[in-house]
Amino acid sequence: MLVIKNLYAKAKDGKEILKGLDLEIKKGEIHVIMGPNGSGKSTLSNVILNNPKYEITSGEIYFENELINNLKTNEIAKKGIFMSFQTPVEVEGVKISEFLKTAKNSISDERVNLFKFITNLEENMDKLSIKKDFINRELNVGFSGGEKKKNEILQLLTLNPKLAILDETDSGLDIDAIKVVSNGINLFKNENNSVIIITHNAKILENLKVDYVHVLVNGKIIKTGDSSLAKEIEENGYSKYLK
Amino acid sequence: MKTRIELDDNIYNKKVKEESVSKIVGLTKEIVEEISKEKDEPKWVLDIRLKALDYFNKLPMPNWGPDLSMLNLDEISTYVKRGINTSDKWEDVPEEIKNVFDKLGIPEAEKKSLAGVGAQFDSEMVYHKVQDDLKKQGVIYCNFDTAIKEYPDLVKEYFTKAVPIMDHKFIALHYALFSGGSFVYIPKGVHLDNPLQSYFRLNSKGAGQFEHTLIIVEEDSYLEFIEGCSAPGYNTLNLHAGCVELFVKKNALLRFSTIENWSKNMLNLNTKKAYVDENGKIEWIMGSFGSKISMLYPMSILEDNAKCEMTQLSFAGKGQNLDTGLKVVCNGKNTSTVVNSKSISKDGGICTFRSNVLVNKKASNSKLSLSCESLMLDSISRSDTIPSCTILNDDTIFSHEAKIGKISDDTIFYLMSRGLSEEEAKSIIVRGFAEPISKVFPVEYAVEMNRLINMELEGTIG
Repeated sequence: MLVIKNLYAKAKDGKEILKGLDLEIKKGEIHVIMGPNGSGKSTLSNVILNNPKYEITSGEIYFENELINNLKTNEIAKKGIFMSFQTPVEVEGVKISEFLKTAKNSISDERVNLFKFITNLEENMDKLSIKKDFINRELNVGFSGGEKKKNEILQLLTLNPKLAILDETDSGLDIDAIKVVSNGINLFKNENNSVIIITHNAKILENLKVDYVHVLVNGKIIKTGDSSLAKEIEENGYSKYLK
Repeated sequence: MKTRIELDDNIYNKKVKEESVSKIVGLTKEIVEEISKEKDEPKWVLDIRLKALDYFNKLPMPNWGPDLSMLNLDEISTYVKRGINTSDKWEDVPEEIKNVFDKLGIPEAEKKSLAGVGAQFDSEMVYHKVQDDLKKQGVIYCNFDTAIKEYPDLVKEYFTKAVPIMDHKFIALHYALFSGGSFVYIPKGVHLDNPLQSYFRLNSKGAGQFEHTLIIVEEDSYLEFIEGCSAPGYNTLNLHAGCVELFVKKNALLRFSTIENWSKNMLNLNTKKAYVDENGKIEWIMGSFGSKISMLYPMSILEDNAKCEMTQLSFAGKGQNLDTGLKVVCNGKNTSTVVNSKSISKDGGICTFRSNVLVNKKASNSKLSLSCESLMLDSISRSDTIPSCTILNDDTIFSHEAKIGKISDDTIFYLMSRGLSEEEAKSIIVRGFAEPISKVFPVEYAVEMNRLINMELEGTIG
């Protein structure tokens, strides 16, 4: 589904962050990328979505066998990649319901059937125990950390992408927010889609069936293993991977 | 994207043939006399016109705001007569004029049970209707020219009493040439559930429009009045120097909404003033999208316990200088003024908000709260806030808040990651910014406003 080959990328201010990263995600898999601060975790998700603040200097990103390096962010979203933000921005005056409808229409080839859209949205809100009036609020404005997270997961379920990238680099995430995320992933996950969780907190993985864990250090994946690797890192930290 | 804009523009740019229209170019005493004669006006009206002409020639050009030096009055035909009398039946309106209105959706608006529609086509009212039950309640809603003939005592009592003829150069010009406009009289204790609407439109190339609107809302009454303004695109400079005089009596409420979408070559120099008596309230709702230059500062004069609320949105694009704001004079005690202004500028457009507040000594315990927010879509656009405030007592509470912002790249990235194009992302941000203002607008205009915002943003992002 997603193949990244020898990827080098830098921030627009010139500092190289990813230095020859390789990664392959197949259909139906859950991957976890862990790494210490400054290893390039957030850069990776931003580069996959082609955030103009970053620049790919060499290497390729393929999604379903198509090179997506040079696609615009919204075109990548339309291909079926979703990114859940660590700190989603607040957009004043824009209702969540209106935003979700606009987004759903943008990624769909055909005009979205409003009735189906609302039914689906209500189901998802039920599953996430979100109250009805939530979607009448302005997008992320004045939200608590947990509410923002819920909103990201609601978007994930509503837009239903092929690949979900969850940027959870914040170690300060509280227990409730962690539950929201892992519960959300389980609701989303099926054999036809894939998930990348970027974190350095293994708690988030407790209720998930993780296929691979990658250790990202200094812009490169230096070790790959199964879920036991996450446990090991939680206990021992990254020191043995740092030179 | 470009094509869609042009399509939309075409709807507004439908020009009717300029045949059978006689124009009078330039401005002399003879012209003013002729206008008056053609209208078959009483002498007292002609006297006002001639006195105003005199002031117009004497008064200096305003030099404190946008540069008006491109204005050459000799080149503007000041008055256009279509040889059409006001009708209150839609069927009687000539076909080609009807077509323009149809395209602007005016009859549709009426179908939505609006209480009355007065549409001004160039200088004459061509269509005017007030529902019968309003007439029974003693409500008068007619063309201003008609009011002079049919309600001379009422007109004499109020005309020029809010806005004096020597106020400034362009109001003097207005009084010399005024033609058309609306007259509304709401008797004591009448509450109009539906708004009255008038639609002003400049159609003839190089034509100036000098409509006069006079509204009297008697004690304990309520009126919502909506004026919409639009002009198709022409190359010659166009001038709009209208005047609005409002009288809000004790315990009365007047909500006055204006949506201006003049073509981008229009100089919109409009003067509006409201006298608000004890415990009365004026609500100004303004949306300014069009014109090359706008200078518009509605003034409210507040007596004891009177209230003024203003909600305003300006959107200036390339080549536009929208200079708007308000004046407030607090004469009575316990007055309240709340102002919410938002402006959006892009492609080098300029938005300026000027406020001029005077709180007199006897206006004790007055409260004024002004808030201005601007959003600039690029680094070549401009936004200014110019507040001025004189408070002559020591127990007035005054606050002024100004905020200037840009659209952040992070917000655009976030929205694009959900599938929105850059254009859609900017558009949803701008609409969100305008939302607290647009939700106050009459519903059809709020829809229209969102459409205008989308139209303005289309094709601007590379």
